[in-house]
Amino acid sequence: MTTTQEMTLRTEPFVVNFGPVHPSTHGVYRMRATLDGEVILDIEPVFGYLHRGIEKLAEERTYTGFIPLTDRLDYLASMSNNLGYCIAVEKLAGIKVPERAEHIRVIMAELQRIASHSIAVGAFVNDCGAYFTPFLYLFREREKVLDLFDMVCGQRLTYNYMRIGGVSQDIPPEFLPALEKYVNHMTPFLNEFEFFLKQNEILLARAKGVGILPNQAAIDCGISGPVARASGVNWDLRKADPYSIYNRFEFDIPTGEAGDCYDRYRVRVEEMKQSLRIIGQAMKNIPDGPVRADVPHIIRAPRGEAYGHIEAPKGELGFYLVSDDSIAPYRCHIRPCSLINLTALREMVRGWKVADLIIIFGSIDITMGEVDR
Amino acid sequence: MITWQDFSTPVGLYKALPPDWPVNYWWHFAFFTVAILVFVIAMVLAAIYIERRGMGRMQSRLGPNRTGPFGLLQPIADAVKVLLKENLVPAMADKPIHWLAPVIAFFPVLLIFAVVPFQNGALLADLSIGILYVVAISSVTTVGVFMAGWGSSNKYSLLGAMRNVAAVVSYEIPLALSVVGVVLIAGSLSLNDIVLGQHIPFILLQPLGFLIFFTAGCAEINRSPFDLMEADSEIVAGFHTEYSGMKFAMFYLVEYAEAIALSAIITTLFLGGWKGWWLPPWLWFIIKTLVVFFVMVWTRTTLPRVRIDQLMALAWKFLFPLALLNLFITAAQVLVWPDGLPWVAVIINIAVMVALVVIWSRFFKVGWGRVNV
Repeated sequence: MTTTQEMTLRTEPFVVNFGPVHPSTHGVYRMRATLDGEVILDIEPVFGYLHRGIEKLAEERTYTGFIPLTDRLDYLASMSNNLGYCIAVEKLAGIKVPERAEHIRVIMAELQRIASHSIAVGAFVNDCGAYFTPFLYLFREREKVLDLFDMVCGQRLTYNYMRIGGVSQDIPPEFLPALEKYVNHMTPFLNEFEFFLKQNEILLARAKGVGILPNQAAIDCGISGPVARASGVNWDLRKADPYSIYNRFEFDIPTGEAGDCYDRYRVRVEEMKQSLRIIGQAMKNIPDGPVRADVPHIIRAPRGEAYGHIEAPKGELGFYLVSDDSIAPYRCHIRPCSLINLTALREMVRGWKVADLIIIFGSIDITMGEVDR
Repeated sequence: MITWQDFSTPVGLYKALPPDWPVNYWWHFAFFTVAILVFVIAMVLAAIYIERRGMGRMQSRLGPNRTGPFGLLQPIADAVKVLLKENLVPAMADKPIHWLAPVIAFFPVLLIFAVVPFQNGALLADLSIGILYVVAISSVTTVGVFMAGWGSSNKYSLLGAMRNVAAVVSYEIPLALSVVGVVLIAGSLSLNDIVLGQHIPFILLQPLGFLIFFTAGCAEINRSPFDLMEADSEIVAGFHTEYSGMKFAMFYLVEYAEAIALSAIITTLFLGGWKGWWLPPWLWFIIKTLVVFFVMVWTRTTLPRVRIDQLMALAWKFLFPLALLNLFITAAQVLVWPDGLPWVAVIINIAVMVALVVIWSRFFKVGWGRVNV
């Protein structure tokens, strides 16, 4: 503001709306930005345009009947949503999942992480202004994941594949060879992608040091997922509170140092590589056997409450269920990682330029389906 | 003697008329005015096709391929579509300015072609100050762009227009300075004389000048990676957000006509203009122009976008000093060796370019970019 006061011309900040319909808001998110020329003085987030009352709808459905609705939360990571909800119900009802189903679940969740991070990285670079090229290449690779999902459950976006106590059906015999082919193809692709983008001068200039989220601020805001890990918070539920069978796999937790946009991009790409590692191990050790525990169609969970959480692609996705001994949850609360990661946005963008607002916002990687629920 | 055969082609028709014919003066202007209009429109259609198909190929997709053979009619279909669209003017817009902006933006682009030689002596007006005229007239487009941004009563438009003005004001200087090197070697400002003076293409004698001219030119016409004024991921469509129908078509035309004009000027100044073997000179001119345009498409698909302060830093801290150095080095060479040893000069100049660019880019810092608010 000091710069404007020294000028003889009278100037004043002005308010610009970014969204809810804007090419870069990744959904119907709206930011009321107060600008001083190009510099962002303040932003005020406005959301709720996509609110469908999913938490309330859970109270009207059976435990199994809610699974399709979890697909609609983070629609770019439906498998993870399914998994998080099923784990919460299994905790609530005390159901043991068969070994084969656990392996399939891990494979699906990690494939979903690759697909989700593909979009996150692609959209981030696209926001930086690389006109759709990296985005489309990553989209092409994501298509292959969707083809694999199509093979196991016949769906490409809203899978509804996980069931309480396992998965809905066994993987077809051609799935594992196709998966192996995919893993063998994806590793060199990621290296090639990194070769082109990692040291790109303009990307470095745009993303390095931009939108810094300090380590302590990330912890204070309850940030999770790649955004927190880019700030140096070594917090990954797969290691910190292992669910499913994640404690059996060898993998690293990539963390950043500076907590800037570039680190967030790097952490995502490294996580994709780690996911490939996990898939490789799960693929090798997958046992034969049933894919679903012997669970009744209508589950009546005992009175009590349970919180099941997983490391979704975007952060800690939690489902808090309260049961009153009926066939539907008495209360279902979802901890949306996108929404909680968004809380840090204001502090990250203040003082940066309009162009940075877009890439900082893009680097958080949100899905409005989950923010608004 | 005029024969009917001479009338079979427009060029033949033009040459068939005796030079001292009293109507010849007007005939010359009439012919070239029509020729330039046809040339610009045809080249813009070709450029749109090349850009969309080329970008499609580079982004691992097909690009438009349904309208006509190989999608060749797609630009025409787009043009017809856009002309038939409703013409919307915002209620709060400054109507006369909003209406006039596309016209004022479009005319200077056409005027540039008045001094561009299509082959030896085939140009509308062989001005003795040709390149000075080009540099002067090309910035008038900015007035139209700023009128569009101001008259639209839209904040995105205003931001885009402000960015454009800032970019043009800064990049005019390295652009003009890099041209001076060419003028020194050719010893003339007339574009026709510059082409005639190129025994070897000036890109070899002026490699640094070419780089600076290309970069500054791309920034001035807002081609990627300097396309901030219509950065689609940040400010929707920049200055032409509020334009539709015929007026939008005019801006679209301006955008591509500017790119073609820049390619044509680069061809004329640095690539030997219409000179070539076997093929007719005008065809060489068109081929070289389209090749230069293709390089612009290539950078557009490859590079992310820079930020406004980085754009300014590049102009003032990198291109401007290098352009000055290039000017001094060229002047010294012209002074010491007025007409000797072109190939030695080629080697020296390329070595100087590599050394300067490498050394200067080590010291070049774009700055921090954050403002305390």
